[in-house]
Amino acid sequence: MRPFSYSRAEDIDTAVNEVTAHEDARFIAGGTNLLDLMKIDVIHPQHLVDITHIAHDTIENTEDGGLRLGALVTNADTAYHPEVEKRYPLLAHAILAGASPQLRNKATDGGNLLQRTRCYYFYDKTTACNKREPGSGCAAIDGYNRLHAIFGASEHCIATHPSDMCVALAALDARVQVTGPDGSRTIPFEDFHRLPGDTPEKDTNLREDEIITSVDLPPKGFADHYTYIKNRDRASYAFALVSVAATLEIEDNVIKDARIALGGVAHKPWRNKEAESLLIDKPADRDGFQAVAAAIVKEAKSFRYNEFKIELARRSIVRALMEASQTYQ
Amino acid sequence: MRNQPHETIEDVRSDAIEKHHISLTINGTSYNLEVEPWTSVLDLLREHLNLTGTKKGCDHGQCGACTILLEGKRINSCLTLAIMHDGAEITTIEGLANNDGLHPVQQAFIEHDAFQCGYCTPGQICSTIGLIHEGKAKTLDDIRDLMSGNICRCGAYNNIVKVVQEALENHKNQTP
Amino acid sequence: MATNHIGKPKNRVDGLKKVTGSAKYAAEFNAPGLVHGVVISSAIAKGRIKAIDTHDALEIEGVLHIFTHENTPGLAWFDLSYKDMDSPPGAPFRPLHSDEIQFNMQPIALVVAETLELARFAALRVKVEYEVETHNTKLADSLDEAIEGKGFRAGFEPPKSIGKFEEAYEAADIKLETEYFHGAEHHNPMEMHASTVIYEEDGGLTIYDKTQGVLNSRHYVSMIFGIKRKKIKVISPFVGGAFGSGLRPQYQLFMATLAALELKRPVKVELTRPQMFSFGHRPITIQKLKLAASPDGSLQAVSHSAYSETSRFEKYVENVVNWPKKLYRCENVEEIYKLVQLDMYTPLDMRAPGGATGVYALESAMDELAYKLNMNPLELRLRNYTDEDKGKEKPFSSKTLKECYRVAAEKFGWSQRNPEPRSTREGHNLVGWGMASGIWDAMQTPARAKARLSADGKLEVGSATADIGTGTYTIMTQIAAETLGLPMEQVTAKLGDSSLPFAFLEGGSTTAASVGTAVKYVCDKIARKLLKEAGKIDDSPFKGAKMEDVVFRDENIVDKQDDSVFIPITEVMKLRGLGTIQKKTTALPNFLKQNKYSRNTHSAVFAEVKIDEDLGTIKVTRIVTAIDAGRILNAKTAHSQILGGVVWGVSMALEEDSFMDHHYGRFINHDLAEYHIAVNADMPDIDITFVEEEDHVVSPIGVKGVGEIGLVGVAAAIGNAVYHATGKRIRSLPITLDKAMSEVSAI
Repeated sequence: MRPFSYSRAEDIDTAVNEVTAHEDARFIAGGTNLLDLMKIDVIHPQHLVDITHIAHDTIENTEDGGLRLGALVTNADTAYHPEVEKRYPLLAHAILAGASPQLRNKATDGGNLLQRTRCYYFYDKTTACNKREPGSGCAAIDGYNRLHAIFGASEHCIATHPSDMCVALAALDARVQVTGPDGSRTIPFEDFHRLPGDTPEKDTNLREDEIITSVDLPPKGFADHYTYIKNRDRASYAFALVSVAATLEIEDNVIKDARIALGGVAHKPWRNKEAESLLIDKPADRDGFQAVAAAIVKEAKSFRYNEFKIELARRSIVRALMEASQTYQ
Repeated sequence: MRNQPHETIEDVRSDAIEKHHISLTINGTSYNLEVEPWTSVLDLLREHLNLTGTKKGCDHGQCGACTILLEGKRINSCLTLAIMHDGAEITTIEGLANNDGLHPVQQAFIEHDAFQCGYCTPGQICSTIGLIHEGKAKTLDDIRDLMSGNICRCGAYNNIVKVVQEALENHKNQTP
Repeated sequence: MATNHIGKPKNRVDGLKKVTGSAKYAAEFNAPGLVHGVVISSAIAKGRIKAIDTHDALEIEGVLHIFTHENTPGLAWFDLSYKDMDSPPGAPFRPLHSDEIQFNMQPIALVVAETLELARFAALRVKVEYEVETHNTKLADSLDEAIEGKGFRAGFEPPKSIGKFEEAYEAADIKLETEYFHGAEHHNPMEMHASTVIYEEDGGLTIYDKTQGVLNSRHYVSMIFGIKRKKIKVISPFVGGAFGSGLRPQYQLFMATLAALELKRPVKVELTRPQMFSFGHRPITIQKLKLAASPDGSLQAVSHSAYSETSRFEKYVENVVNWPKKLYRCENVEEIYKLVQLDMYTPLDMRAPGGATGVYALESAMDELAYKLNMNPLELRLRNYTDEDKGKEKPFSSKTLKECYRVAAEKFGWSQRNPEPRSTREGHNLVGWGMASGIWDAMQTPARAKARLSADGKLEVGSATADIGTGTYTIMTQIAAETLGLPMEQVTAKLGDSSLPFAFLEGGSTTAASVGTAVKYVCDKIARKLLKEAGKIDDSPFKGAKMEDVVFRDENIVDKQDDSVFIPITEVMKLRGLGTIQKKTTALPNFLKQNKYSRNTHSAVFAEVKIDEDLGTIKVTRIVTAIDAGRILNAKTAHSQILGGVVWGVSMALEEDSFMDHHYGRFINHDLAEYHIAVNADMPDIDITFVEEEDHVVSPIGVKGVGEIGLVGVAAAIGNAVYHATGKRIRSLPITLDKAMSEVSAI
């Protein structure tokens, strides 16, 4: 690790000021991914602003009937929060499918959104990686790309976003509240993460001096019909090869609302709203699910080692929808 | 916030190695420490305080050997900075036994032969205690999943599970 | 207190230290003025270092020195000096010897600084320029460059064909030709390799090393650095797993020693987890099997060939293809074993080296044959059961495999098996059952031990062996205590110290048989001395008594014929005015006796898997294994050894794969997030039975060893269960979900 200076902010304004005042500064909260990457010199800030004391560490009801997850609430506290368990069980499931209990006890909700990819080449400084070192190339395209994207990749980067939590948040249409020197704004979840294009070094649309203050869940939690399926190389403590968050709103066996978000397949949690709309006002049955799955994977493109992901994604979508259609609690 | 390494050595000397004062309670003992920002809790314990019971198995949160209890919660001590925990209370493997003898989980690890080389063991024990406090493990599958953040290369998992089951049972009996 | 300990499920004597964090591993020894070394690894697989610029790193306050090939003092001249007790044929790698890069992640510099943080930082500021040469790391594309896998290496049996394979194969009714593959694996013990080297005032060294042989480390350091052995003390009381990774001295030992000698300060060097992928792995093998049988299943001909990888500088050999002759009754066996030299580090013995992989392919092929014959796979094994090693034409010193098959099959419920593949479903899951045999060598190596009995009845026994989690401390204690009729609490076992009497490397499942026997012998010697002294006591009932007349029990010497006649051991010591009794002994294998037999452990493994038909996710739900490992010294620790072996088998079958990026010539998933080792959630129910038969040919104490046998056969049993579940034969490990997904799916 390279040396850095440290300061602790007691409130949001100080935090934002501190990060603007120091060159090459970053916020640190849970630190579980930031320190990991600093240790291998993939990230090397000169200053860290500790934001673990700025409040924003509670879960509260919002006026519109939704739920506000403070950015500094840990992943574990979120997953086990009674309101989350009751109203947003999809989110609880997705969080608990990720990382390990120890990591979930430290990692925060804001930080979860900012996790970097697990691409081997991003993690290995001796190899080419446009995300790590813009312009150096992408070793994964012709390398070992079993983990890599099948949607939305570019010739510059085929990395995937590793979060499970974010897949659920994408399905739930969460909103990310952020604050920066110019005030606060709301970023719809689908606009929070970005596709790599020709600037894969940028994972999100969060500005460098902005800080996440909360993740807001809309009132609709799909507690009756949801599933999170995570396919991975071991039964726990592994990143997703393909994961699916599926939610349905069903009335008299007719689908009124449907969301399908995929993880492990793109640079961001992947949604295809056009495909999802195929389900609306249709019966909740296998034929319909197969059709939407086919529509989603139609635009998938694989690389040498990840071709299986396309069919795995298709099947996982169908399975997830089948299960979601049957969950009654 | 450019993502570039420091250019000059002056950068390094000026800010880096500035020490900050923190106080920590580790296993009931208070420590007043001068720490550099880049020192992890794990390195603080092992390299600076000679509390080597907490193990380094990967230094990246990928194995769980460094699990400690921070304010009673299990975390990976390798992925957190000491400087961020001013005033915190930490329990490590060295702090579990008391005058009455071993913590019941420690004793159960011995009885069930829930380790071989012993290197992941302090982390497994702290993780077990953390798991019991969390109170979320209801089934065998829960236990297995919630103990999966601790890799045991010797493969003592099934014996570790026996310890956790026994500990949960005892805990249930003690807390009506 | 009862003093018969052997065979009992005793708690580990080192358990207390391990559960309290007071067991100290190589990186945990401190010394005043200790400094930290961080190794820099090469970024290329082959070429030369054009320049190493250490200027910016050395500028940092607290950075003491950076060792590179440019400033490392002249050390031993000869490659031979770098040979260790486990070196394969060839010229060992010499760290910091020249500008030549022979493999990716080769250690090219050591940064030493006052603190670990500083050393790590300084390492980032060292700039290296390379002259890159083309490398080749691809086994599959280089088979035409293969050379014979031969050469002298302890435990290695060069391939040796018997009978007339071609003729018999051509003539047979049923033929099978198949090919198996498995990826590379890395040992990844939880403790990363580390050495702490203390420079002593007299120029000697005290070295805390992660090793499976303190004497090997001492030898290595002595030869390379030209220091007399008696001035080097290597200590390794606890080893955080090794599985073979500690059989050879690894480069952190070289680095820490170099720095300590040059700086005349204590130096600690601990590798990083990625660096744990830089010094030896279980090599990839491509194995071809041809099996021929008559319709009743009798094997007529077997050909087992393997292509494996090694480095350019050493020819790593292991027993991959040598197992069919030992496992089955077949007169015509062809064995071919070839190596391809590639630009990588030399492979390294990893738990059941050769056996884990060779038997995987053999036992998978046997399963294929069984289906081809429409025969129960267990029946096929029994049909070809052999009481004789066909290669050596010698009987087995002991073999309870038949009983292992029976016990394990019964416990598993094998008789309920539906022979039809893809015949059992549970919801989305296909359920499959598979079985396999396992085999490993049973060996006793020479070992020495010493013991000292004190007047208070306390006994200390010692041997320069290791306990890498195997339970060596505990079985030494049990054997010593039982031999002298003492409670275990009165016995202290010492190991992992080069000043103790000789023991060979702790590996290959040899330690219990070897060191155990030495401990037994040395305690017998003390017993004889005690009896002799007892006979000299006035009115002694044991005047002129012989060892066969007495037993040592409950801290007494007891008349075998009459329990009421006894003398407490402490009384003997007191009445004879003995402060201590000290003995040393050497236990040599009885080669004459041993050479009349083939000596092996065996196992029968049965596995159940559940596979999501659509998603391919595999869960091993049950493993039942029965083990033929001779006498079991400690039911608890031996059970753990087998348990660990089975876990390794699950991990090998489904998860482990060090993936080489051939463009870079570098293992690319070099951490524990992406190199998957089985976690708790992957675990099946594991049922273990020992079918004991004391084997006094393998070792006088009847022990055959349990370190490897638990692993051998497990991957095959799982692979065979996957076939039974899905009807799909997957011929490469690990069996990941993409391989197991059905071709077509209902969804």
